[in-house]
Amino acid sequence: MLQRRIPLVIVFITGVLMSIQYFIPHPVSQSAYNIALTWFRGVASMAYAIAVISFVRHHSRRLKQPQNSFYSAVALAAFLFMCIVGFGFGIGEGTIFAKMYLNVQVPLQATTFSLLAFYMASAAYRAFRVKGLEATLLLITAFIVMFGVTTIGNYIPFIPKLTEWLMAVPNLASKRGILIGVGLGMISTSLKIILGIERNWLGG
Amino acid sequence: MRDFLIKLSKIERRYIYLALFLALTLPLIFPPNFPQKMSPTVKSVFEFIDTLPPGSHVLLSADYDASVLPEVDPMYRAVLKHCILRGVIPIGMTLYPQGAVLALDAFKEAEEYLGARRDTDYVFLGYQAGFQAVILGIGENIKNVFPKDYFGTPIDSIPAMRGVNNYKDIALVISFSGSSVPVTWVIYAYSKYHQKVAAAVTAVSAADFYPYIQTGQFVGMLAGMKGAAEYEYAVRKIMKDEGIEKLPPAKAVKGMDANSIGHLLIMLFIIIGNLGYFAAKRRK
Amino acid sequence: MHISTDPWVWVAAILTLAIFTFLYKDNPLFKFAEHLFVGVATGYGLVIIYFNAFKPNLYQPLFVEHNLLYIIPFFFGILYFSAAIPKFSYMMRWPIALLLGIGSGLSIPLSFQTYIVEHTKSTILRFPYPNAALFINALILFIGVLTVLIYFYFSYPHKGAIGTISRIGIIFIMIGFGASFGYTVMARFSLLVGRIQFLLGQWLGIHTVM
Repeated sequence: MLQRRIPLVIVFITGVLMSIQYFIPHPVSQSAYNIALTWFRGVASMAYAIAVISFVRHHSRRLKQPQNSFYSAVALAAFLFMCIVGFGFGIGEGTIFAKMYLNVQVPLQATTFSLLAFYMASAAYRAFRVKGLEATLLLITAFIVMFGVTTIGNYIPFIPKLTEWLMAVPNLASKRGILIGVGLGMISTSLKIILGIERNWLGG
Repeated sequence: MRDFLIKLSKIERRYIYLALFLALTLPLIFPPNFPQKMSPTVKSVFEFIDTLPPGSHVLLSADYDASVLPEVDPMYRAVLKHCILRGVIPIGMTLYPQGAVLALDAFKEAEEYLGARRDTDYVFLGYQAGFQAVILGIGENIKNVFPKDYFGTPIDSIPAMRGVNNYKDIALVISFSGSSVPVTWVIYAYSKYHQKVAAAVTAVSAADFYPYIQTGQFVGMLAGMKGAAEYEYAVRKIMKDEGIEKLPPAKAVKGMDANSIGHLLIMLFIIIGNLGYFAAKRRK
Repeated sequence: MHISTDPWVWVAAILTLAIFTFLYKDNPLFKFAEHLFVGVATGYGLVIIYFNAFKPNLYQPLFVEHNLLYIIPFFFGILYFSAAIPKFSYMMRWPIALLLGIGSGLSIPLSFQTYIVEHTKSTILRFPYPNAALFINALILFIGVLTVLIYFYFSYPHKGAIGTISRIGIIFIMIGFGASFGYTVMARFSLLVGRIQFLLGQWLGIHTVM
């Protein structure tokens, strides 16, 4: 009862109320709407607790495994250090907190994602093959767009216009077809969640 | 020849990595300075801000993190400077916790190069949790969502925020993002409050966002490093025209030169790979 | 060329190189950098959310201004901490249910307006057109959207006329994917260019790169 029914009741009541208020421009519905937004921001601001609990639990467990203990100790120490400098000395410009973010987190994250460039080049070399009409169309479009998005494309008179047309007509048509499907899917999923038909979010 | 092509198509990945590294590095050291031409979607955003009366407010939402930094960060910095140069008041905020310090750094740069003053020439509100509730909340009253700015100053006591209550007082919202957040702005700010929205996005999402430009849900769009370079180039031109001697780094403009050579290399890779594939197929 | 003397720039440069070592193979230096990132990022998120979100949204109104209306979101928020106690961890679903309910309820009418109404309206052919080029573009758009939608309609077998129409749909989809690929190359390269600019410019002081 507590485990499944209460969350389903909460989701149903709040979901129905919020859907209905859109169509009823009455002061009562308006104030309910404003309260809901305030509550939403309040509850959302504490959601990060789940991430912190999961992080601490995961790495504390790994401290007992000899092969992982050093790395998990690094993660936990870094977390604690950020909390100490952030809560203790502030988060404004020029603080250790801001410097740690700009000079430790930013380069680490940005470089990790930059590795994708190498993998993409390698994949394009090995896997991008002209097999059949579909692949050929994909390749031709990709080549034109690649020329168009580079500054070199500006030297070739028709490339910028052709790229813009490809993006704004056939590409747009394809993306819009997908987008309308996604929209319908989102609306039906939202309805299924409110009505309790979709329950995957409750987990096991 | 056929053997050579087959061998070439099976080259070790480390050589591919090296070729790519050189293709992106050499143009940075020896810049070819390719020409910049503003694309129509960038032009729409640029002209919108350029023609705003001084004292108007533009909300710049830094909805990005370090994983998309080289593309989106130069856009944020360029648009921010454009606003300051035209006397438009940029209101900085973010729906991503990571965007807070990144955007703060951009405002610091505007202080350094343009002498922009906090609370008079710009406002920085910082981060707020709950995407939908934040966007919808600003439509009701911005002070309910951000009672204080990032530095703890009450909104009511910030001169640049005088008269700003909700979207009716904000000329344009620009969402700088590497994900679908600009669409969230369309759903909750444009559809509900008819707020004008523009997108400044990574190249990955750019192709998906074209439908929103045609419907008018986006005023315009800055797409990828190319969009950033075009805007950066235009803002630097305004700065030069106004006689400002010390110019900020042209990261996107220079980066786009390297990017262009990189694109030629990848096209070459695809051609060599396919020649090798067909050579091997013929042999069979 | 003058190499940076700022210790923070050196920290950033060494960490950048540590991540690049993964291109050779997984190694202890990369693992160290990876775990450092996870720790710093989690701590950063907690501090920013505390100061920017929790404090103004709940702490200030409830504990300083004593506005009792905020007891309810605070109660729901506290339930997140049940995640730490396995016996009561199911209570974590209650605040999730609240956010999901409000979020879904708010999104239904607005998503319908955003995704369906606006995009259908902008696809339908509306005569007259000022010139032939605009008409042709509108027609291609109309045919493209319709055929792509039919391609994704799986409740009917793709044979005969439907098969032919969905085949046209594939052509549009492939052009769309090609366009996305063309743009994606720029996105990925930009990330690497950004790191090279940092290493050559801010760290090694080669002024031409920025």
